[in-house]
Amino acid sequence: MATLTLGKAINEGLRKALEDDAKVLIMGEDVGKLGGVFRITDGLQKDFGEERVIDTPLAESGIIGTAIGLAIRGYRPVCEIQFDGFVYPAYDQIVSQVAKMHYRSRGKLRLPIVIRIPFGGGIGAVEHHSESPEAYFAHTAGLKVVACSNPADAYSMIQQAIATDDPVVFFEPKRRYWEKGEVDTSVAHSEAYPLFASRVVRRGNDVTVAAYGPMVKTALDAATAAAEEGRQLEVIDLRSLSPLDLGPVFESVRRTGRLVVVHEAARAGGLGGEVAARVTEECFYSLEAPVLRVTGFDIPYPAARVEEEFLPDLDRVLDAVDRSFGW
Amino acid sequence: MSKGDGARQPATANRSSARDEGRRKPPDTEFVQLLTPDGSRVEHPDYDVDFTDDELRGLYRDLVIVRKLDAEATALQRQGELGIWASLLGQEAAQVGSGRALRKQDMAFPTYREHGVLYCRGIDPIMPLGLFRGVDQGGWDPNQHKFNMYTIVIGAQTLHATGYAMGIAMDGKVGSDDGEAVIAYFGDGATSQGDVNEAFVWASVFNSPVVFFCQNNQYAISEPLERQTRVPLYQRAAGFGFPGVRVDGNDVLACYAVTRKALDDARHGQGPTLIEAYTYRMGAHTTSDDPTRYRIASEVEAWQAKDPIKRLRSYLERTHAADDTFFGALEDEAAREAGALRERVLSMPNPDPLEMFDHVYPTGSPEIDEQRETFARYLETFAGGH
Repeated sequence: MATLTLGKAINEGLRKALEDDAKVLIMGEDVGKLGGVFRITDGLQKDFGEERVIDTPLAESGIIGTAIGLAIRGYRPVCEIQFDGFVYPAYDQIVSQVAKMHYRSRGKLRLPIVIRIPFGGGIGAVEHHSESPEAYFAHTAGLKVVACSNPADAYSMIQQAIATDDPVVFFEPKRRYWEKGEVDTSVAHSEAYPLFASRVVRRGNDVTVAAYGPMVKTALDAATAAAEEGRQLEVIDLRSLSPLDLGPVFESVRRTGRLVVVHEAARAGGLGGEVAARVTEECFYSLEAPVLRVTGFDIPYPAARVEEEFLPDLDRVLDAVDRSFGW
Repeated sequence: MSKGDGARQPATANRSSARDEGRRKPPDTEFVQLLTPDGSRVEHPDYDVDFTDDELRGLYRDLVIVRKLDAEATALQRQGELGIWASLLGQEAAQVGSGRALRKQDMAFPTYREHGVLYCRGIDPIMPLGLFRGVDQGGWDPNQHKFNMYTIVIGAQTLHATGYAMGIAMDGKVGSDDGEAVIAYFGDGATSQGDVNEAFVWASVFNSPVVFFCQNNQYAISEPLERQTRVPLYQRAAGFGFPGVRVDGNDVLACYAVTRKALDDARHGQGPTLIEAYTYRMGAHTTSDDPTRYRIASEVEAWQAKDPIKRLRSYLERTHAADDTFFGALEDEAAREAGALRERVLSMPNPDPLEMFDHVYPTGSPEIDEQRETFARYLETFAGGH
């Protein structure tokens, strides 16, 4: 067992993947000598060489497009998109090519590509560095989309994402890169908790709170605060955004009768709406209140000095819990 | 015709060949040309290639059959048997020349119009027709055929080709005659795409074994070349740091020679080449297009005079490399192949509706499983025919 930051846990997971399979490549902007702007690939080029940890030209469509060719050739590229807001130049290659080539080939071609994207706000950055574009990808058939929330998951999930033959968009909660946690690096990824599964991370019987990525910690903090007021929140880390694994959410809501979904991304067309719709279909007679969403507003990500007002926080989660009970 | 592979030889004056009095014509300075529109063989200092009569007849056969199959597909679309067809009419030489230049181990990344290249790779011409009939979206294994699936998004495949070529280099498969190379097909319109320019950058800085083969057929649907560029397309390569060459795209011999050299350069580790095959789309962009709205008849007529098949036939006749028996038998063979293709298209079954849920993910998805089951139950409610 080791105490690692979330960023270091991903780094260790990538290192393990490079050791385990000679076909695994890392490619992206500044991932080599610099080790990435967040140092997630720190030291990997030094140890695995420039052919396996590739500093690419500065063009995101090129990163994903060439990764596709490498995957057709039999490689397993792990692409880093430097920031969430820079993924859009690669959007066509991801949505029209990565997502569809297995389908178009009637299963004959597999593209085991991982696209790592640091996402979300809270780090005081300039525009385009704090976005939450996960719904664009979760809406696209052919992509699997996951978000890690803690160091232990980060370590196993990145290895599982690389090992699966499905293309995976891997969202990393950049404001949590420096959060520490215990990681058991002796556990093989194949023995770890499954990649495309949600998980109850705190038990409670009064209200269910579903979150993913950076908002899991926010939800857990809210649960701690609520407990002091005598309310027991059950917190579920969705982990997989496509496919959604809502079985644990249904089970929970049937007990609590209340659900609050939390994400940083804007509300309109967001995953919270999808969760709400499915919970309504499955748990209609258990619900004591409508499913409530705590999300970013339907505005462009605002300037850094007001981002703490934009981002869902402990108080807004508790406010939604109060509203649920007041229904 | 393998004699000239990759060899850069000085121009040799008066190479003796009794069979073509046109040989001593000066080379066209606009592009690499080995066979003029009137069927005269000309020399080019950089592309000293000899073709045996057998090889010439073989290329001619490819051109004729590829055109015939293309015409059959157009007819099938007109009769409602294909949803759409992207005809290659006029571009046969560019496709057969480059397609025959590929070695067995080479990999091709086509657009959606490379039916001639596909044929030259030895692939069953029925393979792409499911896509155009609307019964599948390709459905073939790119690695099995060394021929990627058709790519409809303009220019996207140039990056795939470049990535694949990077993989060849990583695998250590460059630097010898057995080395592998990649060819990426695209059109004049695609040269405006970011992806194509990014592919040029990648191929250049990684010195990847890829040949960029641009069929400049003068039109991107309705937009003429002048809307894409102010400089000849092949000259763009200079800005990226690799050679660019323009070839007469209606001259199958020149297309073969130029592509063969570029591929061999690539497989020997000399990096990418941009080839601009200067040609003309004689038909519509697709069967849904109406070119009379944007180009004049006299322009089309001028290009008809440069027809790739006619010029090779003239040459074969003049040099007595082929006779009427050959031409007649070939016509019959082409008609037979077209007829067989037609029969097979007509017998392509529609997919089962539930098959649309297959192969979304290699490892599946419980959500899709659930939707498939729900939809299957829904379909069953119609059983018995209501």
